[in-house]
Amino acid sequence: MIDRTVLKEHLVKWVLVAFALSSLLFLFLIFIFILAEGLPLFLKVGLNKIIFGMKWAPTKGHFGIFPMIISSFLVTIGALIIGAPLGLSCAIYLSEYAGKRTRMLLKPAIELLAGIPSVVFGFLGVIYIVPLVRNYLGGSGFSLISTCLVLGVMILPTIISISFDALVSVPRTYREGSAAMGATKWQTIYKVIIPSAKSGILASFILGMGRAIGETMAVIMIAGNALKIPTGILDPLRTLTGNIALELAYATGDHRLGLFSTGVVLMVIIMILNYIANFGIKRKIAK
Amino acid sequence: MDTKIATDRLRLSFGETEVLKTISIKVHKNTITGFMGPSGSGKSTLISVINRMIDFENNVRIEGDATIDGTSILDGSINPIELRRRVGTVFAVPIPLPRSIFENVAYGPRLKGTSDRTTLHHIVEDSLKKAFLWDEVKDRLGTSALKLSGGQQQRLCLARTLALKPEIILLDEPCSGLDPISTAKIEDALSELKSEYTIILVSNNTKQIARISDFSAFFYLGELIEYDTTEKVFTAPSETKTEDYIQGKFG
Repeated sequence: MIDRTVLKEHLVKWVLVAFALSSLLFLFLIFIFILAEGLPLFLKVGLNKIIFGMKWAPTKGHFGIFPMIISSFLVTIGALIIGAPLGLSCAIYLSEYAGKRTRMLLKPAIELLAGIPSVVFGFLGVIYIVPLVRNYLGGSGFSLISTCLVLGVMILPTIISISFDALVSVPRTYREGSAAMGATKWQTIYKVIIPSAKSGILASFILGMGRAIGETMAVIMIAGNALKIPTGILDPLRTLTGNIALELAYATGDHRLGLFSTGVVLMVIIMILNYIANFGIKRKIAK
Repeated sequence: MDTKIATDRLRLSFGETEVLKTISIKVHKNTITGFMGPSGSGKSTLISVINRMIDFENNVRIEGDATIDGTSILDGSINPIELRRRVGTVFAVPIPLPRSIFENVAYGPRLKGTSDRTTLHHIVEDSLKKAFLWDEVKDRLGTSALKLSGGQQQRLCLARTLALKPEIILLDEPCSGLDPISTAKIEDALSELKSEYTIILVSNNTKQIARISDFSAFFYLGELIEYDTTEKVFTAPSETKTEDYIQGKFG
């Protein structure tokens, strides 16, 4: 006769395994689904004509998404230029300078920032940033710079919380060893703590990039969605995510498949970014 | 003999707990002075007053005074960062920074603004030689300091301290985690160094203190029980507590 408690233990274990594997299954299904829908067009039109094609007119047989790839990269890099220095400075302040009370006040506030829906960010962008850019810098205001500003703020929580974790995990002994050699606080931060936390900080930037490149709602509200490569910071642009969200509702036939192809490209880019970030985090643990 | 470091009725407490009870001691220049005593005797705390690492602790109250060359180091006008460049510290657990061997030793001089390659090389070589480590690492100065053995890391930390060209070197149980051969190397280095520096060696190892120190101080529960030449303390201690401790009756 089998012991009932042992049986129960096994049952619990296998149920949990099944749930754990289900997330893997979902990922796998998404992957298959997008590839199944997106790949046929690559075969029909040709990889080159899609990835490097300049013209997107899906109803007339043009599926070039090169301007969108460039635009997605531009907004991501722009968001990083704004978010990385801000986020890292904030993380350094929190981990090295802030007192317990300030930290207890700021950390939840930053976590709350992460919870604000992106449509709200987009809304604020349209109401405040876009007119500001239009009035002071010119153009329509729906532009690369407006998008980067809003995305820069949106990726702050990611950058701050991951950089912060990396900074506080630098052993206290490093700080003391450095101080005992007559280093000032800033010298210790700059020469010992930041280099020790480097891989974690880099991972935070890359995950921030992942968030920026995947952001859709705020971007379509602010970017202007024009179908060409922006030539200046005041030009409107359309990102890969924006393209899918804007057109999927009415797309049919090859047009619809074209949007899935856009999704395939986006997915590959995000997988590469995630891989780089994981690599960075693993190196940190190995050390 | 000239007095280098002195404390005058120094009292220190963490919150309600008194850790140092009215300590007055004069440490002589160019000697090795051994601080011994069981754990909780206050010897390490006394060290942390001299290098002002005590600043990193919370809830500390200090009375009395501590001086180097007759000048108070507890005075508000003293810059602790300047002070720590004059008072080098080697900790119980070697703490190499996660950088190359060269950069670890060059760290202090760089902080002081030395950036000339040749000067730095000179300082690094000189410091590593004084710490008896040069021969073992001279061909791999670029490798990570974390790859060195424990004994080598501790000598690296000594070299790093020497590179600051301090006047005083404080060693807080520098050999507690080391094998006898590494310990002997550190002791040899210290004996050579005392002509240029004033050295305080905190140790639980009474034999080590007897071997290399000129003066010995015995601390117990925050009090300075006995302080005299090492010869006197170890051959004819005036306090029975000291005698018991040296003979290993408690500790």
